[in-house]
Amino acid sequence: MSSPLHKSASHESAVGHVTGRARYVDDIAEPHDTAHAAVATSTVAAGRLLGLELTAARALPGVLGVYSAADIPGVNRIGPIVHDEPLLAEDQVFFHGQALAVVVAETREVARAAAALVKPQIEPTLPVLTMDEAIERADFHTDAHVIARGDVEQALASAAVVVEQDVRTGGQDHFYLETHGSFAQPVEGGLKVTSSTQHPTEVQREVAAVLGKPASTVVCEVARLGGGFGGKESQASQFACLAAMGAHFTGRPVKLVLKRHEDMAWTGNRHPFLGRYRAGFDAQGKLVGFAVKIYSNGGWTSDLSSPVMDRALFHLDNAYRIPALRFEGRVCRTNLPSNTAFRGFGGPQGVAVIEDAMERGAAALGIDPVELRRRNYYVDGDACPYGQVVDNVRLQRITDQLLESADYVARRAEIDAFNASSRWIRRGIGFVPLKFGISFTASLLNQAGALVLVYADGSVQLNHGGTEMGQGLYSKMLAVAADTLGVRLDQIRHMATSTEKVPNTSATAASSGTDLNGAAVLDACTTVRERMRPVAAEMLDCKPDAVRFVDGSCVAGDSSVPFADVANLCWVKQISLSSTGYYATPGIAYDAETGRGTPFFYYAYGAAFAEVEVDARTGQYGLVRVDILQDVGDSLNPSIDRGQVEGAFVQGLGWLTVEELIYDDSGRMATHGPSTYKIPAVGDIPADFRVALLDRSAQEGVIGGSKAVGEPPFLLAFAALGALRHAVGSFGGLPEIAVPATHESVLRAIEALR
Amino acid sequence: MIRFSLNGKTLEADTSPNTTLLDFLRQEQRLTGTKEGCAEGDCGACTVALLDPDAVGGPAWRAINSCLTLLPMVNGRTLVTVEGLSDGETLHPAQQAVVERLGSQCGYCTPGVVMSLFESCYRDDAASEAAQSDQMCGNLCRCTGYRPIQDAAKDVAGCRPADRFAAALVPAVTDPSGAWTRGDESWSMPDDWSVFFDAVEQEEAQIVCGATDLGLQVTQRGVRFSTLVSVESLPGLRDLHVDGDVVHIGAAVPLTDLERFAAEELPVVARMLRFFGSRQIKHRATLGGNLCNASPIGDMAPVMLALDATLVLRSRAGERELPIREFFLGYRQTALAAGEVVAAIRVRKPGPSARVGAYKVSRRREMDISAVALGAWVEVSDGLVIAARLGFGGMAATPKRASALEAALVGQPWTIDAVERLIGHLDEDFQPLSDHRGSAWYRQTVAKNLVRGFVEETEHASFQALPDRPLSTIVQVSK
Ligand SMILES: Cc1cc2nc3c(=O)[nH]c(=O)nc-3n(C[C@H](O)[C@H](O)[C@H](O)COP(=O)(O)OP(=O)(O)OC[C@H]3O[C@@H](n4cnc5c(N)ncnc54)[C@H](O)[C@@H]3O)c2cc1C
Ligand code: FES
Ligand code: FES
Repeated sequence: MSSPLHKSASHESAVGHVTGRARYVDDIAEPHDTAHAAVATSTVAAGRLLGLELTAARALPGVLGVYSAADIPGVNRIGPIVHDEPLLAEDQVFFHGQALAVVVAETREVARAAAALVKPQIEPTLPVLTMDEAIERADFHTDAHVIARGDVEQALASAAVVVEQDVRTGGQDHFYLETHGSFAQPVEGGLKVTSSTQHPTEVQREVAAVLGKPASTVVCEVARLGGGFGGKESQASQFACLAAMGAHFTGRPVKLVLKRHEDMAWTGNRHPFLGRYRAGFDAQGKLVGFAVKIYSNGGWTSDLSSPVMDRALFHLDNAYRIPALRFEGRVCRTNLPSNTAFRGFGGPQGVAVIEDAMERGAAALGIDPVELRRRNYYVDGDACPYGQVVDNVRLQRITDQLLESADYVARRAEIDAFNASSRWIRRGIGFVPLKFGISFTASLLNQAGALVLVYADGSVQLNHGGTEMGQGLYSKMLAVAADTLGVRLDQIRHMATSTEKVPNTSATAASSGTDLNGAAVLDACTTVRERMRPVAAEMLDCKPDAVRFVDGSCVAGDSSVPFADVANLCWVKQISLSSTGYYATPGIAYDAETGRGTPFFYYAYGAAFAEVEVDARTGQYGLVRVDILQDVGDSLNPSIDRGQVEGAFVQGLGWLTVEELIYDDSGRMATHGPSTYKIPAVGDIPADFRVALLDRSAQEGVIGGSKAVGEPPFLLAFAALGALRHAVGSFGGLPEIAVPATHESVLRAIEALR
Repeated sequence: MIRFSLNGKTLEADTSPNTTLLDFLRQEQRLTGTKEGCAEGDCGACTVALLDPDAVGGPAWRAINSCLTLLPMVNGRTLVTVEGLSDGETLHPAQQAVVERLGSQCGYCTPGVVMSLFESCYRDDAASEAAQSDQMCGNLCRCTGYRPIQDAAKDVAGCRPADRFAAALVPAVTDPSGAWTRGDESWSMPDDWSVFFDAVEQEEAQIVCGATDLGLQVTQRGVRFSTLVSVESLPGLRDLHVDGDVVHIGAAVPLTDLERFAAEELPVVARMLRFFGSRQIKHRATLGGNLCNASPIGDMAPVMLALDATLVLRSRAGERELPIREFFLGYRQTALAAGEVVAAIRVRKPGPSARVGAYKVSRRREMDISAVALGAWVEVSDGLVIAARLGFGGMAATPKRASALEAALVGQPWTIDAVERLIGHLDEDFQPLSDHRGSAWYRQTVAKNLVRGFVEETEHASFQALPDRPLSTIVQVSK
C-alpha cells in the first residue's frame, strides 16, 4: 500500500451507511429526560401580528413551556450577513410558515398538538408573492449591483444581430433526504447543540446571541448531514436556536426535527430569477455586447440573497468573452420563505441567461450552436467582466475531446435525418460548456482551520472546520492527512466537526470544502510531521531530510521504524504531537462599488452533450445519452468526484425539467412533499451516462493539484435544455420551452410550432 | 398484543394500532437505521423487508414502506431491517454492492436503498432493466444521481446468496389475523366473515387493507382511528386465478402479485401497473383499495372500466355483483352499502378481436400520480369498431368513460383517419380541471393524443407491450 491520495475509494462512512450504524441528529441516543420541540407558525403570508394566544397550548398536559419573541433573553435577530430575521415573529408576519412560538413538551406528539393550539391574532395584509409585483412596487432587499465595461449601447447598435428575451428560472427545494434537525443539551457551563448544519460556527454564534451569552458557552457539533446542498448553510440556525431556547428554559435536552412538509414549507429554496437581456452578435457569431438586468426572488429576509446575486452576476458570462457589457442585479423582497444557498449559488441562474442568448444567437445566425459557443470562448489573458484575468483556460481542450468522444457531428446529422422522417418522435442533441469561479464571493470567508492530534501509540485524531454531507470531504481529508503524516488510513480517526476543536470556521459551501480545509489539514499535519522528523532521523541514524513517512512507518534507505515508535519517543522527549493548521486563500478581493476585483482563486471547467427523445403527443421525453467531461484538476479521489459530477448533473436536470414549487394565491406552498414535488427518480437518468474527468490537469496552488467539484457540474444540465430545443425545433421555428421543462411545457412548445 | 419476528428475534408489542411501523422501530426499539424522509410513502428511506407468502409464486421478501404500515399489520409476520442484514462484520451482498459502487454519499437514503436491493437479491424475475428500475424507483436519492445505485442493482438482482434469508423462503403458514384493543383504539384483522361483519358494524369502524392510502391520514393529518378493521385476512381475498376466460382477483391481492400474474394472463393490467407507485407501494397496495378509494386519479379504475370488470361485493346479507361502470357515484363516492366490501374483481380476458391499451401520463414517469390515465378497449370486426370502452382518470370528478366518443366510434373503421375525425367528441365527454399535475388544456390535449396513440398501436395488433425503457406511455410501432 502507499498513499491513498489520488486513488478511488469508497466513502469513509459507507459501511456505516449500509448497516444503519451511521448516526444523524435524530438517531442520537436520547437521554431519558429528553423533551421535544415543535414550532407554531403563521397561517397567513403577510399581516400585523396583534396578539398570540398561548394559554391553550400551555394548558395541554405534557407541555413544558411555550415561548414567543417576548421570552428571548438575547437578541431576536438572526441571519448570516444582515441580521434582519426575527427568530420568532414580533409585531408583523412576513410569510406563510413564519415561526411565531416554540413549544416544548414531553413527546413529539404533544409538542405538535400544542403548537396547533397556539392561536395568533393576525390582521392580514396583501402579500407580495412574485418578482413582478416586487419590481413594480420597487421593493428590494439590495441596491443595484452593477458590473459594466465598454459602451454596450454602441456595441448593440453595431451588432449584426441582436436577440432579446426575458429568461425565467424557477425555484428548487433542496430535498436533502434528512430534514433539518437540532438537539440541544444543557451541559455544565452552557449548551451543546448537535445540528444538521453546514455551518457550525454560525449555529454557535446565533444560539449564543439569541440566549445573550458569549460564544464560548455554546458548542456546535456535526457528525454528518443527510444532504445539505446549501439548504443547511444559513437556515439550520433558526431551528438550532429554537431547540436551544427550549433547553435553556427547561434545563432539559430538547430535540427539534422537522417533518418533511414543515421543512419544505418553512425553509427557503433556490432563488427564482428573471433575466432581461439584449445580446448582440457580429456576423461571425461573436458576442459584441450584452446588456442584462437580473432580479431574484429573495423572500422575506435577505439571508444569503446578496452573495447569491453576486455570483449570478459573475456567471452571466459563463464561458464567453464579452467586449462590452452592462450587468445589473437586484434582490426582490416578497412574502415567501427566505430563499437561500443552493448548489451553484446563483451561478446556474446567471448561466441560464447567456446560454439562452447563445441558443437564440445561433438560430438567428444559422450557426451550429456548438460552433457559435466555441467562437466566443475565453482564451488565456482575457479579462472577465469584473476585471479578473483568466489563465489556463481549458475550454477548447475539453470541447475538442468531447466533440470527438461524443461523436457530435455525425450524431447531429443522424438526428436531423431521423426527425425529417418521424411524425411524433423527435430527437435532439444539446451542448453546454462551463466555467465556474471557485472561492466564496465574500473574500474574507476563504479561510479554514484544522487540528491534528497524534497519540503516543501512533493513532491520530483529525479535526477541521468542514462538515460531511455526502460530498466525501472526510474521505478526502483522511487521505490528505494519511498522505502527509505517512500513516495508514486505519490509524486515523476522523472526528465529528465541532466548534470546540476548530473555531471561527466558514460554512462548508461554495465547493470550497476540500480546497480550504485540505490546505489547513496539510498545514497541521506537516507541522507535526516536521517535529517528528528529527526524532525519526535519530532512531534511523540518518539525516532528517532522508526520512520518508509512508504507510505507518518512517523509512530511510533500507531501514524503517514504525510511526508509533517515533510518536512514543517524541512523547518521551517532550515534543508536542498536536498542532492546529490554518489556511487563507491568497490574493482575492472584490469591490462591489466599482464592480471590479479578483473574486476567484481559479476557475473550474467542463462541458456536456445530452441527447433526448421526445413524444410530441404527450410531451414526455427521456435522456438517451449524456457525455460529460469535467475538469477536477488532479482528482483527490476519482470515484468520489465522479459521484459529485453525476449527482450534480441529475440535480440540475431536476431543476430544469421536473421540479416545480407551486404556491397558492395566498402564499401557501402547495408542493410540500415528495408526492407533489417531484425530484428525479432512478428512471429519469440518462440511459447511457458517460462521465469522464479531464486528465493531465493539475491545478497549481490547490491541495494535491485538485479542483473544486461540488457545484460546477450542476450547470451541465443545460445541455438537456439545448437538446429539447433541438428536438422541438424540428417542428420548424424557434422553440419557446418554459422551465421547468415539464412534459406539459414541452407539449406547449410543440403545439405552438405545429 | 401483537407478536412478530424482527431481525431474527420474536417481539411482542402493545402499542396503539395507529402507530406506524417506522415510529415503532425508531422511537420504541431505537432501531434508528431505518429513516424517515417523508412519511408519505414517496421517498423509500423507511424501507424494510417483510417475509410474506406470495399469491402466485411462494414466499417472498417484500420491500415495504414502514412509514405507511401500521404496526398491527406485521402481526405474525417476519420482518428484517437494515440492522439485521449483515452477518457480524460480513456485509450482505446488497450492502456490499452499495459500498463498492459508491452508492451512498450522504447515506440517508441508503438503508432504504439497501432494503430494496435486498429484496432484489431473492427475486427470480428481476433480470430486466425494467424490473430493476421498478424495484428502485421508490427510493429517492438526492446525492448520487442514481447511476451507482443502478449498477448495484444490476450486480445483485437475483443473486440469491445461500444465507438465512434464502433459507427462510419456505412455504409456511403466516397468520397476521387477530384483534386487540388498547385504550380507546381497537384493531382487528378477522379471518372469518361473521367476525368481520360484527367488527365493521361498530360505530366509527374504518375498513383498511394495505393502508397505502389510509396510512396517509395517520402520518400526514394526524388522524387516530378508533376502530380499524382489516380485510386482508378474510377468506378468499388473496385468491388470484383464472377460471375459463375470467380472471378472478381477490380484493386484497398485493399489486405486485397481480402485476406478475397479469404479465401472462392480462397484459393490459400489467402494463398499467408498470408505472404504478413504487415496488414498495405495490407490495401493500391492493386492487380493492384502489377502487374503493374511488380517487379520480387512481390508475386501476380506467383499466377496469375498459375491461368492464365485475365487482363481487359482500355484506352480511350475502354476495352481489356490480358492473364497475355503476360503482363510482361521485367524487370519492362509491355504490358500496354500509358494511359492504369488495371481495373480488372479475375480469373477462379480452377476446381475439379486442384491441386493448393502458396509458398513464404524469409529471415524472415513475412513482407519480397521473395527470391523465386511459384504459382502452375496442372490439373490431371486419375493420369496423363494434364496441368501445375508454376509461379515463384525471379528467373528471370520478374515473369515467368517454361515452360520447365511444358511441361515435361504433361502426367506424379502426383507423387513425377515422379517429381523427371523431376525436372532437372527447370535448363533450370531459371538461377537466387545472391543478399542479396538469392544466385543463394539457389534460384535454393529452387525452385526445392517447386515443390517437391507442389506434396507432392497435390498428394492426391487439396489444403492444411496453419496451424495457419506454420514453413515452405510447408504444412506438415500427411500420
Ligand atoms: C407513494 C404512493 C404512490 C401511489 N401511487 C399510486 C399510483 O401510481 N396509482 C394509483 O392509482 N394509486 C397510487 N397510490 C394510491 C394507493 O396506493 C392505491 O390507491 C392503493 O391501491 C390502495 O390500496 P390499499 O390496499 O393500500 O388501500 P387502503 O389504503 O387500505 O384503503 C383505501 C380505501 O379503500 C377502502 N378499502 C380497501 N379495501 C377495501 C375493500 N376490499 N372493500 C371496501 N373498501 C376497501 C378503505 O376503507 C379506504 O377507504 C399511491 C399511494 C402512495 C402512498
Ligand atoms: S419515509 Fe418516505 S417513504 Fe416512508
Ligand atoms: S446518498 Fe444522499 S440521498 Fe442518497
